[in-house]
Amino acid sequence: MTTRLRVLDDGAWISVDDSREVRVSELWRLDAPDLCECALTDLVVENFQSVGVDGSTVEVQVYGQCIACGEAGTTGWVPVGRVRGGEFAELARSAVRSSRARPPRQHVPDR
Amino acid sequence: MVTDVENWKSEVYGNEIRDRLFEFAEAGFDSIPDDERDAWFERFKWWGLYHQRNGQEGYFMMRIGTPNGVLEPGQLRVVGEIADEYARGPGTNPIFGDAYADFTTRQSIQLHWIELSDVPAIFEKLEEHDLSTQQACGDSWRNIVGNPVAGKDGQEVIDAWPVIRELNETFKGNDDHANLPRKWKVSVTGSADGSGQGDINDLAFEPAYKTAGGDGAPRGSEAGDAVGFNVRVGGGLARNEPRLARDIDVWVPPERVPDVAGGLSALFRDHGDREDRYNARVKFLVDEWGAAEVRETLQEEYVDFELQTAGRDVREEYTYNAGEGERNDLIGVHDQKDGRNFVGLNVLVGRMGADDVLELADLAAEYGSGEVRLSQRQNVIVTDVPDDALDEFLDEPLLEHYSPDPSPFMRGSVACTGTEFCSLSIVETKNRQVRFARWLKANVELPDDVDEFHVHLSGCTASCAQPQIADVSLRGMKTRKDGDPVEALDVGLGGGLGEDPQFARWVTQRVPVDEVPGAIANLVERFAAERDAGESFRAFVARHDDDELDAFVDPKETDYEDPMMHNTKRTWYPYAEDDGMEDAPSPPADD
Repeated sequence: MTTRLRVLDDGAWISVDDSREVRVSELWRLDAPDLCECALTDLVVENFQSVGVDGSTVEVQVYGQCIACGEAGTTGWVPVGRVRGGEFAELARSAVRSSRARPPRQHVPDR
Repeated sequence: MVTDVENWKSEVYGNEIRDRLFEFAEAGFDSIPDDERDAWFERFKWWGLYHQRNGQEGYFMMRIGTPNGVLEPGQLRVVGEIADEYARGPGTNPIFGDAYADFTTRQSIQLHWIELSDVPAIFEKLEEHDLSTQQACGDSWRNIVGNPVAGKDGQEVIDAWPVIRELNETFKGNDDHANLPRKWKVSVTGSADGSGQGDINDLAFEPAYKTAGGDGAPRGSEAGDAVGFNVRVGGGLARNEPRLARDIDVWVPPERVPDVAGGLSALFRDHGDREDRYNARVKFLVDEWGAAEVRETLQEEYVDFELQTAGRDVREEYTYNAGEGERNDLIGVHDQKDGRNFVGLNVLVGRMGADDVLELADLAAEYGSGEVRLSQRQNVIVTDVPDDALDEFLDEPLLEHYSPDPSPFMRGSVACTGTEFCSLSIVETKNRQVRFARWLKANVELPDDVDEFHVHLSGCTASCAQPQIADVSLRGMKTRKDGDPVEALDVGLGGGLGEDPQFARWVTQRVPVDEVPGAIANLVERFAAERDAGESFRAFVARHDDDELDAFVDPKETDYEDPMMHNTKRTWYPYAEDDGMEDAPSPPADD
């Protein structure tokens, strides 16, 4: 089954199968040594840059800022949720996420 | 690879969207197929309709583009009637009530809670009165801005209003320019005060004299010179990538403005980046090419006459949003060139209740010509008031609230839409800026000779409140306070336009919103104590480094209490009693 993934409204939304599912302005705990030196990045999600899928996991690259150290930039690929049985389930907001450099297997760029 | 948005645009875009929009309106919101909603919501923007954020499914923001902010006699009443009848939804704003109009920083009008089924009736009423939402949003020519009192201003170099009208007529609904890579914001200014804010637009025409006899001729008197416009390209504030428009060394007489504007719009259409929307604005093309290549390409490929080099501008006279000098805004009573007066009224954060809009429309007809104009500082201007009607007009009770002589903190407040309706914003803005302004008015003393102090609050880096050109710039952020996430603001200082425009320096990051008023109070106190005699705030900021300014800001809690510290984006509507997403209303029933 094909999953339609899009970045919409100037990076405000990740749309999954034509439904706006993941929004900016959240705080994510991130293991992202490429972004800042904090043990865990406390990232304000400001703008989605791109979205992709790896297996059933939807991943994004996002512009944001670590509110602990102030470092700002674009992350590697960060999971935001899974598609199972045609339904998208967002990761818990409290989850610690890992940012990784390599792109998802199916990359769906859209800005 | 082009983006989904470009693919959607290549299928249906521009004028043809209207028929489908009306079909959906007739058949009901639910008739938009689920797998086409993203595409249609993107396309509806071209007709001024922006789907509101999640939790407000089925409701739209409607933007009415009023070129140069000009509302001809009768038009403001139409806006008030539409706001009163249609801009009502399930959420009530605790400050502004149930139906209101927002005057924007691009001299347009925004209404909220619009239902799709009402769009045909609204369009019919707007168009009966020569108003339109066409291209108010989307990837095309947006509302053209300028000095709102063009044609009337006593300080005018050249009347830009006929030029703006011609551009509007030429490029609205023009299929050759309907589908651009991104938005295209144009400013045309004829006054010497800089109130068109050309520096922050994609394309700016600014008043300039050209000496007769060609480029090599000595500068003559202004009386003997031709008056036209210098051209700048590639300004804009969004996305942490602010740019001032670049001088492309072109002077153009008024009758050639449409040719040059159309040439540059076509250049952008053909050469702008359609593969990356973040890189699509013309400011990035100017970064890549440089001003000289833009000029060369315009000359060689897009105009069929010899471009003249830039003329003598009047930028040294610019005062609008400049942080010092006269006429930082257009509030108050000013002379028109015909001997009558225009009266600028402060509309705090640009929002006016529908009842007040209707009352103001009546007052404009009673004391002036009925015409009203909108400024880029979200304020309203009643024009054509004769001297003998002035005192009576100024005594009207409505002007106690929309004052021609407001507190500097009320007068200087600009705010974007914020999380109340906007998907991008990180924080609540309009109501917060009202609370800030009221607290500052009650608690903070500016030096006696300082009567303007601009505080712009933008919910995110899109910069719709133009935060980078304010005395105090506030931009939405998050932080943790006592371990809990709270809404916060970055604080920038010392931005402004004028002869030498500069963007604010972001000196203090992530101040919890309840500590911002205290931070501004401390800052003003230091300014008052340590300024040189007669020194403006902007000049004071300019002579201090970032660390010194950060120390001046000094956030602190005060008796200001902020009821919106939490994540207002997780509510369906921040001011609802039951505000959780699970309490969000269903899409409106079609009727």
